[in-house]
Amino acid sequence: MTAEVEETLKRIQSHKGVIGTMVVNAEGIPIRTTLDNSTTVQYAGLLHHLTMKAKSTVRDIDPQNDLTFLRIRSKKHEIMVAPDKEYLLIVIQNPCE
Amino acid sequence: MAPKQKKKSSRRKKSPKPILAASEDMEPVNMESMGHPEIYPLVLTTKTQEIFNCRIDEDITDEQPYKLINKEDIFEDLRNRAAVSDFHPVKKIVQEYPGNELLLVYDKDFKYGLNFYLIGTEEGKENYLNPPEVSEEQEEYKEYIPEDVYIYKPPVSKPWVSLGSEKEIEEASVTESTKQITYMISRKRSEFGAPIKFSDQNASSVKDAYIECTAYPDKNFTLKQLEKDVGMQVIPQIKDISTQTKWTYPKNATTQYYPREFSEEEKETLKQSKPLVDFLNNASISVEIALQQNEITNTFIDDWKHLAEEEGTFGDKTDTHLKEYQSFTDLHSPTEKMITCVSWHPTIYGLIAVSVAVRLSFEDRVHFSGKLLLQPSLILFWSFSDPIHPQLMLESPDDIFCFKFCPSDPNIIAGGCINGQIVMWDITTHADRIENVKAGGSRSKKATLKPMFLLEPESNKEAMYIRHCAVSSIENGHKKVITDIHWLSDTFEINRMGSVFENRSGICCQLVTCSADCALCHNMFWDIRPQKPLTPQTTEKKKEENIEIPFDVPSTFLHLDLSWKPLTKVRLSKGETSLDHCPTKISLKEDHLLCKTQDKVLAQSKTAKAEEMNPYHNLESGMPNLLKPIDDFCTKFFVGTEEGEVIYTDWKMEKDPETGRLMPKKPVSLHTIHDGIVHTIQRSPFYDDIILTVGGWNVAIWKESVMTGPLLQSCCAPKRYTSGHWSLTRPGVFYIGREDGYIDIWDLLEKTHEPAQSQNICITMITCIKPWIFSSKQQFIAIADYYGTLHILEIPWTLSRPSTNEMTSINHYFEREVKHLEYVEQRKKIREQEKKEMEQEMAKKKVKIYQKSKEQMEAELKMDYESYLELEKTVLINLGLIKVTEKGSYSDVM
Repeated sequence: MTAEVEETLKRIQSHKGVIGTMVVNAEGIPIRTTLDNSTTVQYAGLLHHLTMKAKSTVRDIDPQNDLTFLRIRSKKHEIMVAPDKEYLLIVIQNPCE
Repeated sequence: MAPKQKKKSSRRKKSPKPILAASEDMEPVNMESMGHPEIYPLVLTTKTQEIFNCRIDEDITDEQPYKLINKEDIFEDLRNRAAVSDFHPVKKIVQEYPGNELLLVYDKDFKYGLNFYLIGTEEGKENYLNPPEVSEEQEEYKEYIPEDVYIYKPPVSKPWVSLGSEKEIEEASVTESTKQITYMISRKRSEFGAPIKFSDQNASSVKDAYIECTAYPDKNFTLKQLEKDVGMQVIPQIKDISTQTKWTYPKNATTQYYPREFSEEEKETLKQSKPLVDFLNNASISVEIALQQNEITNTFIDDWKHLAEEEGTFGDKTDTHLKEYQSFTDLHSPTEKMITCVSWHPTIYGLIAVSVAVRLSFEDRVHFSGKLLLQPSLILFWSFSDPIHPQLMLESPDDIFCFKFCPSDPNIIAGGCINGQIVMWDITTHADRIENVKAGGSRSKKATLKPMFLLEPESNKEAMYIRHCAVSSIENGHKKVITDIHWLSDTFEINRMGSVFENRSGICCQLVTCSADCALCHNMFWDIRPQKPLTPQTTEKKKEENIEIPFDVPSTFLHLDLSWKPLTKVRLSKGETSLDHCPTKISLKEDHLLCKTQDKVLAQSKTAKAEEMNPYHNLESGMPNLLKPIDDFCTKFFVGTEEGEVIYTDWKMEKDPETGRLMPKKPVSLHTIHDGIVHTIQRSPFYDDIILTVGGWNVAIWKESVMTGPLLQSCCAPKRYTSGHWSLTRPGVFYIGREDGYIDIWDLLEKTHEPAQSQNICITMITCIKPWIFSSKQQFIAIADYYGTLHILEIPWTLSRPSTNEMTSINHYFEREVKHLEYVEQRKKIREQEKKEMEQEMAKKKVKIYQKSKEQMEAELKMDYESYLELEKTVLINLGLIKVTEKGSYSDVM
């Protein structure tokens, strides 16, 4: 089991331009990360709130709808959040050369 | 004078008398038109005048301008001369004249048109001779009366005539329209000044106590709004509640928190849990899709925006000239000096070091050598804050022609002398003086105001002379002027064989110099660490040469002083001949990194400070024996020579199989491109393998791996190029100084056949150019000239800021040039082949032609002979000497 988890995360991390990967639980507490602690905590806290907000927005517009993926493109990086009922997978990638 | 009688005379009728020999029947013209009908003008010729004795000015004078002429005489004249007679026109008058004598008056003024006139009536005659008294009266009447006594007549009053002015006056006058009303109010005197009582009163109760103007709705002014623009939004229920509290005073409250984290065990358990695994499997799919999307293409790029140049510029884009910032001249030197080398201080802003040499030719130097010994040769440190006084002056035994700051420690300076010695300085003790150079400048300004005796003994104003720490050994060093000196990078070091080893000390500890002495040694590698004594003799020598050193000279390089020998020597032989090339400049592989060592140096100096010991002061530990050799290190380098050749050679020595000695390798390539001394060989700060060489009248750019020729070779310039340098920020820009004081700025992206712009800096030859980056906005270029002035100019924005993709463009350009060279090489080969083939063909052709011609000639001869025979036969037959039958025998004979 753990090997699978490790393997998946390693695969994601090895993509081109990926800066960091982290798995966060429903309350925003990081479970696994490849970045240092302070950065992880910051990302986890902020993105958790943002994901909740995005989810509620989608549900408010159409209650039958649900948030599946969140991508935030900034000047320097792209942050990808895959939400779930219990967990959150956050990946930060640098798309340009 | 003339009588003014108006007499109407009857017009002359045509006389019935026949006129003698007169073709014309003229009527005499009288002056009726002028008011004198009795006057008949006449012309009298001199002959007539003689006849009648009325010659002008003799018989007829001014007093008596008339003559009475007898009628009979006139008739006689008429009979004698008939038409020719002057009296012919007035013949009728004369005939009708009642009296006997006619009056003939001389008309001096031609009043009536002719010189005489005849008065045709008796009355006229009488009037003329005796002017009547009436005329006198008339004359009197016509005389102007000059005097007239003015008699005063008082004005007579006339009755006034109204012209309407009284109405205006009436209108303008002010009159009271109504009678003024006067009121008289009286009161009893006792009531004045009594206390007053006020009371309220309702205005509406008393009638007519007030007047009001009530408002009423006026239908003319009512507007009815027909349309309303309203926005609506649904919001959740909001409740606004506010309370008021008692607020005493503000209190600062803080909270501190730390994030919740899982412990390690919890993390492990969670990892094992199935939901996590499932979640990851599901989520990773979409995440990977997204990641791959980003890898494929960047969807957010605005190509249009990326096409344009960067907008943010400081300063004028059109300004492309170098702006003069400052210039430094040493005013205290007695002789004329020229600047030989310029170097910016690697760490301190605004500090530039300049080496000056006396501006004399070799003969003059020899001639004045005695005088020159007394003057110190200096390296001056100039600071931007003080343009008059140099901050530091480094003394050397002789003129320095090139010097360099040590990249790992900017307080160590190595310089090459004109006599072939290397001189080392250590200015660590004075480092704080020059570091605070900016503050020191302001202090010195204040100091000038104080009188001299109040100055501190160690005032910053005076520049200090710093003696050198060490010089190389004279016998073992170069014999001629050292033209180039470089510090080797601190990443590697060299041993005696020229093989490369890694450098464990972390500092630059080796130097390479080159000089143009043609005797033995050209390039020398020097090590500044003390070498193990080879023979006991040398140690004895050292002890003997324990000269007393002045106390203020640091003992950093004491071990080297006067006994410093080079580590290895590299000769550049010209092949079979014993002559060698005379190198002037060299360029090593790692050199370009030395320009950008600011960060490295800072980091190193920090670590050095942390150790509290400068590694340079600890050099006496000696060279460690076991060093790891670096394989695959490129030991090749470029050399420029005095003859204008660019040589690419190896410094590693190899063992000559024949003699067993260590011989330098043969140069890999040699090109003679320049027409004069190559004085600049420099690697581009952006590319490892692009080298700029400047010499003579042209410029060449080389690529290290391409040995067939230069990538770019400029055509001959009108003036000699005397110095050159790459730009530090723009890959395609380099600066060339000319001998007439102009600086040519080349931009490879703009023009490759001539400089992009040319600017005049000074009036004399430019000896050295060194640009330097201070900040992203400020770049300076130091230009040294032959007269000893150092000009600092500011590089404008356009020349310092690279355009987007400039590096890639220049890369492409170089690649194109390389391809072009390859193509040229190929074409050369093809051409040679073609040439060979052509020659072969030519040779073959010649042979063939020769053979052919021989056969042809024989055939032709044969034919000629046969035709001749035929001819002979026919002739003979015609002559009848040979019979036709005998033809066969002839042919048989043939």
